[in-house]
Amino acid sequence: MSTRFYQTGTFAIGNRLLEPAEASAQADPDRANSLTKGHRACQGCGEALGARYALDAAVRATGGRVIAANATGCLEVFSTPFPESSWRLPWIHSLFGNAPAVATGIAAALRAQGRTGTRVVAQGGDGGTVDIGLGCLSGMFERGDDVLYICYDNEAYMNTGVQRSAATPHAARTATTEPVGRQTGNPFGQGKNLPLIAMAHEIPYVATATVAELRDLERKVARAMELRGPRYLHVLVPCPLGWGSDPAQTIAVARLAKETGLFPVFEAEEGRMTGVSPIRRLLPVEDYLRTQRRYAHLFGDPGHPETVARLQREANRNIERFGLLAEPGEDGEPGRRGDLLEILETDGGERG
Amino acid sequence: MASQLEGSLAVARTVARCRPQVVCAYPITPQTHIVEALSRLVGSGELAPCEFVNVESEFAAMSVAIGASATGARAYTATASQGLLFMAEALFNASGLGLPIVMTVANRAIGAPINIWNDHSDAMALRDCGWLQLYATSSQEAADMHVQAFRLAERCSLPVMVCMDGFVLTHAFEPLEVPDAAAVDSYLPPFQPRQVLDPLDPVTIGAMVGPEAFTEVRYLAHAKQLEALDEIPALAQEFEAGFGRASGGLLSGYRCEGADTIVVALGSVLGTLEEVVDERREQGAAIGAVAIKSFRPFPSAELRAALSGGRRVVVLERAFSVGVGGIVSGDVHAALSGLGLPLHTVVAGLGGRAITRRSLHAMLDELDGDRLGELHFLELDREVVERELTRGRDHARPGPHAENILRELGVVGAGPV
Amino acid sequence: MFEVRIHGRGGQGVVTAAELLALAAFEDGLQAQAFPSFGSERMGAPVTAFCRIDDAPIRRREPIAEPDAVVVQDPTLLHHVDVFGGVRDGGFILVNSSRDADALGLGELLERHGPTRLLTVPASEIARARLGRPIPNAALLGGLVALTEIVSPGSLERAISQRFNGAAAANNARAAHDAHVQAAAQLARRAAPARTDG
Repeated sequence: MSTRFYQTGTFAIGNRLLEPAEASAQADPDRANSLTKGHRACQGCGEALGARYALDAAVRATGGRVIAANATGCLEVFSTPFPESSWRLPWIHSLFGNAPAVATGIAAALRAQGRTGTRVVAQGGDGGTVDIGLGCLSGMFERGDDVLYICYDNEAYMNTGVQRSAATPHAARTATTEPVGRQTGNPFGQGKNLPLIAMAHEIPYVATATVAELRDLERKVARAMELRGPRYLHVLVPCPLGWGSDPAQTIAVARLAKETGLFPVFEAEEGRMTGVSPIRRLLPVEDYLRTQRRYAHLFGDPGHPETVARLQREANRNIERFGLLAEPGEDGEPGRRGDLLEILETDGGERG
Repeated sequence: MASQLEGSLAVARTVARCRPQVVCAYPITPQTHIVEALSRLVGSGELAPCEFVNVESEFAAMSVAIGASATGARAYTATASQGLLFMAEALFNASGLGLPIVMTVANRAIGAPINIWNDHSDAMALRDCGWLQLYATSSQEAADMHVQAFRLAERCSLPVMVCMDGFVLTHAFEPLEVPDAAAVDSYLPPFQPRQVLDPLDPVTIGAMVGPEAFTEVRYLAHAKQLEALDEIPALAQEFEAGFGRASGGLLSGYRCEGADTIVVALGSVLGTLEEVVDERREQGAAIGAVAIKSFRPFPSAELRAALSGGRRVVVLERAFSVGVGGIVSGDVHAALSGLGLPLHTVVAGLGGRAITRRSLHAMLDELDGDRLGELHFLELDREVVERELTRGRDHARPGPHAENILRELGVVGAGPV
Repeated sequence: MFEVRIHGRGGQGVVTAAELLALAAFEDGLQAQAFPSFGSERMGAPVTAFCRIDDAPIRRREPIAEPDAVVVQDPTLLHHVDVFGGVRDGGFILVNSSRDADALGLGELLERHGPTRLLTVPASEIARARLGRPIPNAALLGGLVALTEIVSPGSLERAISQRFNGAAAANNARAAHDAHVQAAAQLARRAAPARTDG
C-alpha cells in the first residue's frame, strides 16, 4: 500500500523519512532528469512539472529503458528549441495527431526485435489527444498496443495562442470562446471525457492525476509501468498564461480543481474503477474559478451567477458519480468502486 | 521459376522476402490483396520476425511506419488514392526525418468524384513530398522494384514509393517470378539505421528548425535525391546481375534508335505502347517509346539524351494539373530546354478509362496529320462536356456534373427512382 | 494471340474461370494474362473477365474488344448486355444453356459463325450433378477446350487441381470432363453430315 502525504503549497513532507525506493524520483540526486533544465517553458508551467515527474518515474520503473513519442504542442516546442534539446531519453516528435500511432510503431519494432524490456511512453497535450489524435489513440487502445499514453491537459490549444479544444471546460474564456455579447465563454455541451472514453475501451489501466499531488502522479506512472498493454494517464496541468492564473500558484490551482470536485482523481483497470483520491476539504467551485482570469467574466457586476451555479452542479455530479467524498470501504481503501456504466448511470441531481 | 500469380501476390511475397519487421496497413481498393497476403504470411510465420499492425487509418499507417523505422525496424506499408492523401502530412514528415520506409502505391484516381480505377493522380499529387517515386511498367518489374527500393531507401535515408497501376497490374494474373529468397538476402543486407531511438544512446528526433537552418536541411533532401540518380542505375545493374533480368533503373527506351517520334510514358501503358510502336514500325514509321521508371528524382540528363535524337515528343500522362495541363510534361519540357523539340501532352486513361491500341493509333494519326495540338485529352467526349457547360450556363441549379453526364450516357435513369 | 472474353454474374466464378484458363495455358507452356473487368462487384451483377493466351510474352493491357472466343456463363445476360460485341469473324461462342442456339434467339449468330463455332452446353446442370451446386465455370472451360482446343484437357485438369482442394478439385475436374465430352460429341455430329455422304 502506498504512502500518501498531505501536501500544502509546494512542500512535500516525508521524503527524508522514506526508503529511497519509495521516495520521489526527484529526491534522488542521480535521478534521470529525462526532461532536463534549459527548456523554454513559461514560469509556473504545469506541463513541464508534470512531464518531469512522470518521465523520471517511468525511467526509474524500467531501469532506464524508455522511448518517448511526443505530439506537437507546448511540451514539444519548449523542450526542443533548435538547436537544443532538453530530453535525455530517446525521443521522437512526428506530427500533431499521430503520437499514439508513432508509439504503436515503436512498440511494434521493439517486439519484432525481441526487445521486450524497453518500454514506450507517448505524450501529448489535450488538443493532440482529445481532438486531432483521438482516432489514433482509440486505435492504439483497441489493438492492445503496449504503450503508456500521458495526456497533459491544460484545457486548450496553448501553444498556438489559447484556442479552445474539446477539453476546454464549460464557460472558460479562450481566444475562440470569448465571452462577448451573450456568450459566456466556452458553451456547455457534451464535452469529451477522455478518461471515461479510455475506460470504455477496457484497457488495463486508466488514471487521472494533477500536479498538486506529484507523488500520486509518480505512483500512477509506476503502477502503469507494472502493466502491459495500453495504459492512459490524464494529468491536469494548469497553464498560468492560458488560464490567467498566478504562476506561483500552479500547484494550488490544480489542488482546487480536485478539491471542488471539478477534476475527479481516480484509477481504473479494465473499465472498472479501482481507486479514488478523495476530496479532503470540499470547497465551492467559486474558490477555484476566481483564481483564473479565464473565468473572470463570470464574476463582477452583474457577472453570470447562473453559470457559476451550473458549474457547481457539474462538480456535485462528479462527486456523486465518482464517489469523491465517499467514506472508505471496509478494506480501508477510499471511494467507490464501479464500472463505466455505473458511473454514467449515476446522476448527481439535475444536470446543468 | 515463374508461376501464374496475381500481381498483388507477387508483390506481397517479394516484400516478405525483403524481411520487413513491421508491416502496417489500412485497406483501400485496389491495394487490399497485397496487405491481405502479407497478413497471411505473417500469421503463418512464414514472414518472421514481423509485426503486422492493423491500423485505423492511412495516417496511422504511415505514423506507425515512422515510429517503427525510427526504432531501427524495416517498415513497409501500402496504399492508394484517398489513402495516400490522408497520410499526406505523414509523408512529408517521413521524408523530412529521413526514414527509409518503403510503400507500394496501387495507383488509383482521386475523387471527387469517387473512382476506384487506375490513373496516376494519387502519386502525382504527392510528387513533391520528398519521397523517391518509382513507376513499374509491369507486375514483374513492380515486384523487382521493391527489392531495389528497400536497398535504395536505406542507402539514401529517404523513403521510397513504388507505384504500380491499380487493378491493371495489381489484379492481373500472369506468369511472374518471386525473386529467390537467398538472392534477396544477398542483395539486401539487414537494415543499419543511420539514426535510431535507443535508451543506451538517446537522441532527439523531430526538433523544430527555424529560418536560420531550414533551407539547408531541405536542400539536403534535394541533394540526396540527386545522389539517387546515380544509385538507382547502379542498384538496377546489380539487380540484373543477381537475378538475371533487367528491372528498374531511371528509364528505358524501346526502339528509339532512329526514331523521329518518341512517346514518353510511365506505368503499365508501356506494354500497350510497345505493341503500337511495333505496329507502326511495320508500317514504316520511325517511332519509339521511353518509359520513365524513376519520376523522383527526375532523370533530366538521361531523358534529354534519350530524346534529343528525335524530332518530336509526345508525353502520355495518366494525370494532369488542373488549370494548366500536363504534370510529367512540365518536367520533360524542362529537361529538353534549349533543344527546340516540339512537345505534345496527351492526357489519357483517367479514372480507369482504358488506353487502347486503337486510341493510341488514333492519337499518332492525329500527330502525323499535325492535328494533335499541345495539350490533348485522349478520347474526351467534347459534346458531352459542351452540353454540360451549356446546362451550367442556362440553369440556376443545374445539378451535379457527374449525375448529369451519367444520365446522358444512359448509366442512370432519366427520372426519380 | 488468342483472346477470350467471359461474361457472367458476380458469384458464378467468372474471374476464376479466366484464371483457370490462364493456369491451363501456363501448364501447356504458353504465356497467359487474365484479369477481370474491375468494378464494385456485387453478387448477381454482370461481370466480365478476360484471358489472353500466346506463345510470346503478352504486353498489351486493355480490355478485350475483339475476342477470338466469347463464353457466356449466364444466358440471362444474352439480350441484356452486349456479350458478343466485337467478336471476330469465325470466332468461337460458347453459351451455358441446355437450350440450343435457335431457342436462345442466337440463330443469326449461328449462321454467321457456323455450327462448329457456336455451341451451347448445359454447364449449370453438369455442375449441379457433379458439385451439387450450379457453378458452371469449370464445366464451361471443358466445353471451351473441346470447342477451341486452345489448351489441352490435361492442362485444364491440372489447373483445376491447383486452384481447388480435395473433393472440389475432383468434382470440378469431372464436370469439365463431362462438358468436354458433350461438346466434343456435338461438334462431331455437326461435322459428320459433310463427311458421311457416300
